[in-house]
Amino acid sequence: MLGPSVHVLWFISLLLEIAVLVCALYRRAFARYLALNLYILCSLILTVGLELCRRGFGIASFTYFLGYYCSNSLLCILKYFVIVQLYRLVFAKTDIGKEIRAAAALLLAATAMFSYVFVQHSQGHHLTARFVVELEQNLNFLGVVLVYLLWGAMLKLRETRTRLIQFCLALGIYFSATAGTYALRNLFPSLEPAVLRCIPLIAETLLSLAWAYTYLMVPEEARLATAPLAFRLPGQSPPRAPQMVNAR
Amino acid sequence: MIAALIFVVSVAALGQFFVSYCRAVLSSGRKAALSDGVRDAAHIESPAVAASDFARILTLARICPEAGHDTRELRAVRVYYYLLDLLERAARSLSPPVAAWAELERQGCAHFAAVTLDRRIAHSRELMRQVYHNHF
Repeated sequence: MLGPSVHVLWFISLLLEIAVLVCALYRRAFARYLALNLYILCSLILTVGLELCRRGFGIASFTYFLGYYCSNSLLCILKYFVIVQLYRLVFAKTDIGKEIRAAAALLLAATAMFSYVFVQHSQGHHLTARFVVELEQNLNFLGVVLVYLLWGAMLKLRETRTRLIQFCLALGIYFSATAGTYALRNLFPSLEPAVLRCIPLIAETLLSLAWAYTYLMVPEEARLATAPLAFRLPGQSPPRAPQMVNAR
Repeated sequence: MIAALIFVVSVAALGQFFVSYCRAVLSSGRKAALSDGVRDAAHIESPAVAASDFARILTLARICPEAGHDTRELRAVRVYYYLLDLLERAARSLSPPVAAWAELERQGCAHFAAVTLDRRIAHSRELMRQVYHNHF
């Protein structure tokens, strides 16, 4: 059973997702960050649909089971597309959009294949559940790696668009918190019911909050130097000047 | 083993993303110079704002009427400051470079709070000027 704190978090998350969409429409940025807004829209629809399904069919029903795992995997893939869109925006001037799309499709297929190989010996209908959980875990870790590489590329290319920087960093926080939680669950399965169940939900709520804040408070034209944002201990040298990007 | 590796990588990435995100949110305040008025009001004598001045500056900023919608940012800075404070205390004996870094970040937070106070003082003065102008 879900506790009251989970319900409160769920409701706050829902409100914040609506806020993200309203802010995106208000700032006329829905089409510019289409993948991001579509992810939020789908998340909103699926969350409400799943809740209706839970009330209608019950938490132990096969319909809810199917809906839960299908919506989870769909959202995972949409999150992955958000990263791909951020990559395309960062590398927009270099005309490597096709390469990014191809690499993203390849990575997604490879991750799905790897997840299937990992769970293929499971029996009965649990195979679907195990596959989705495995895929979600793998995509979350892949998300950490991809956002980290993207952040490195942004530093190297001296990306200055504040909105893009904040979207990327918020997504990085979300993916690393979620991937870390899943890893901790695998390390200490007994911790799961007490502590770790809420963390992905909290991370999702904070992600929506950060995106709504960025839409509302950071205008599209806002610019920011990335070099001072990089984590560097005192005494470490600042990054070297970037190489020229081959802009066609 | 793989789970442990993923956990370590994720926590390291989380730390870096969190610090960079906080810096990105606070960046607007870091560049701004402080006026003499706010230096007098908050008794800031050195050119750079000391990290230990944060609490006093925050109290003064709370007394002043809000200028724009800076309360949320100030709240976020306060959370970041106290997290850094915890980190600095923990790292003081374990890792002096981390403690030094946390101290620098705390100074950045204090500077941000001073800039907010400066903005609020200017806003209060403007309100006073308008009231005076309307009455006389």
